[in-house]
Amino acid sequence: MALTPDDVRKVGSLARLALSDNEIARLTPQLNDLLAQFARLQELNTDDVPPTSHAVPVKALLREDVTAPSLPREEVLRLSPHVDEYIGGFIVPQVIGE
Amino acid sequence: MEYEVSVGMECHAELLTNSKMFCGCENAFGGDANTRTCPVCLGLPGSLPVFNKAAVEHVIRTALALNCEISMHTIFHRKNYFYPDLPKGYQISQYGQTPIGINGYLEIETPEGAIKKIHITRVHLEEDTGKSIHIDGLGYSVMDYNRSGVPLMEIVTEFPPDVQSGEEAAQYAENLRSVLLYLGVSDGRMEQGSLRVEPNPSVRPEGSEKYGVKTELKNLNSFRAVRLGVEYEAARHVEVLESGGVIVQGTYGWNDEKGETFLQRPKEFEQEYRYFPEPDLIPIDFDEDYIERLRVTIPELPLAKKRRLMEQYGLPSSDAALLAQDQASAAYFEKAAKSAGDPRAVANWMSGDLTRLANAANTPVYATPITAENLRELVTLIEKGTITGKIAKSLIEDMFTTGKTASALVAEKGLKVTGADEALSIVQKVIAANPDVVAKIKAGNEKSAGFLVGQIMKEAKGQARPDDVNRLLKEELDKL
Repeated sequence: MALTPDDVRKVGSLARLALSDNEIARLTPQLNDLLAQFARLQELNTDDVPPTSHAVPVKALLREDVTAPSLPREEVLRLSPHVDEYIGGFIVPQVIGE
Repeated sequence: MEYEVSVGMECHAELLTNSKMFCGCENAFGGDANTRTCPVCLGLPGSLPVFNKAAVEHVIRTALALNCEISMHTIFHRKNYFYPDLPKGYQISQYGQTPIGINGYLEIETPEGAIKKIHITRVHLEEDTGKSIHIDGLGYSVMDYNRSGVPLMEIVTEFPPDVQSGEEAAQYAENLRSVLLYLGVSDGRMEQGSLRVEPNPSVRPEGSEKYGVKTELKNLNSFRAVRLGVEYEAARHVEVLESGGVIVQGTYGWNDEKGETFLQRPKEFEQEYRYFPEPDLIPIDFDEDYIERLRVTIPELPLAKKRRLMEQYGLPSSDAALLAQDQASAAYFEKAAKSAGDPRAVANWMSGDLTRLANAANTPVYATPITAENLRELVTLIEKGTITGKIAKSLIEDMFTTGKTASALVAEKGLKVTGADEALSIVQKVIAANPDVVAKIKAGNEKSAGFLVGQIMKEAKGQARPDDVNRLLKEELDKL
């Protein structure tokens, strides 16, 4: 099942990438080559292999529920060129209510 | 045509922890915007998340209380979408077959008093998003990331749904909230959004195998709103179907003032989340001992407590439900009712005068100056006939303001029930002083007896037992 240029455009928009028609023409066969590689992997019989999300067998560490200092607000707000000084927050395009 | 309502229930609860899910920033409500953030919860490059043990244990304990199996190997995932409330561009959540809790149920009580199991498909752990602030006229939104990364638990009911009405949806939400409060894992504040109940109602013609299209309800910030929202939405579905329309899948908000739902976001805007295992977090493996150590910390749960209070103390369902709402009230009641003759009297005082006084002082019933022991003593004094209910009503006010015991106040004020002997002489005196009234009674005007009772009580300064007075008056009149 090969990807069409429309599929690539959709995947691009999910990742917030504005792809030009030229880029889509170039990327469509590249993505299809990648999928072909995965199709080969899928030919393997993995019936007896447990699903693996991490390859390295290490145990997860849990931290104790203790607070640590946060960053000073001025420092945090300095990270953005668009700040509402009065509210002390980052300005973003208007979003509909939650 | 008749329709059946089915309601899937999704609930999110912010967990009560000191710190956030993956970093040490304080987990709190309110305060100045962006004062509780760090590279981890702002999603800055190079930062790495570390599990908060308390949050993980809160979810395990909730899953156990909801009769779930625990996934002994649990995996976390990235849910990818772009929205300003999500600084990383993904939310760390749990997807697929191994959330912390699976296949459980919560029991609710139907209005008829029967137990109904609401099956739960998953209990998982994720992180909350930031909060967007909208102010009319600004032309932009403002982001506050204090809430970003606060531990969030999601509880989802099984499909097909067991919940079949707005009433049951509210019952489920109410009971779930009580369980979370009992476990101490959430503060359950729906109005502040720390507990978010999101029902997914659908309707289908009665007897139909196929479930209807569902819509998702948001910002219901009370149990009443849960019930009314589901009822409104289900009725709207029926109306649309009856007029030949189709239900459009989407997210609906609830307008509490107008009492109606409104479309917030149609389905076409819904994202494809492209979940994949979170590479920054290693799966957690639990061992049986650890789970068992958590299992023993689960207290008697609200519905079980309510049923036991009814059984053990003969309380009516409504009183027992009220007491079982929180553990402290139930404990106060049990302490007060321990050796009182009639536990129902204790419950009545608690739900009546004591609640009134406590509410006025804005404190819970169990934390007023009237201790459980003091309430028990007050009830015992009435039962023994030392004081009347009427005197007790004024005593409880004094007990509340002074913190003194009922017996101390009785001694102090010289309050004492007029004994039967003394009552008899008052009765005789009043009869002798009112020959005309007595004549009327003897002539068949029974109502006039009320006047004599009033005179007797006045003479006894309200301290005579009404039973005594009525009995003695009748006996004396009969002798004439």
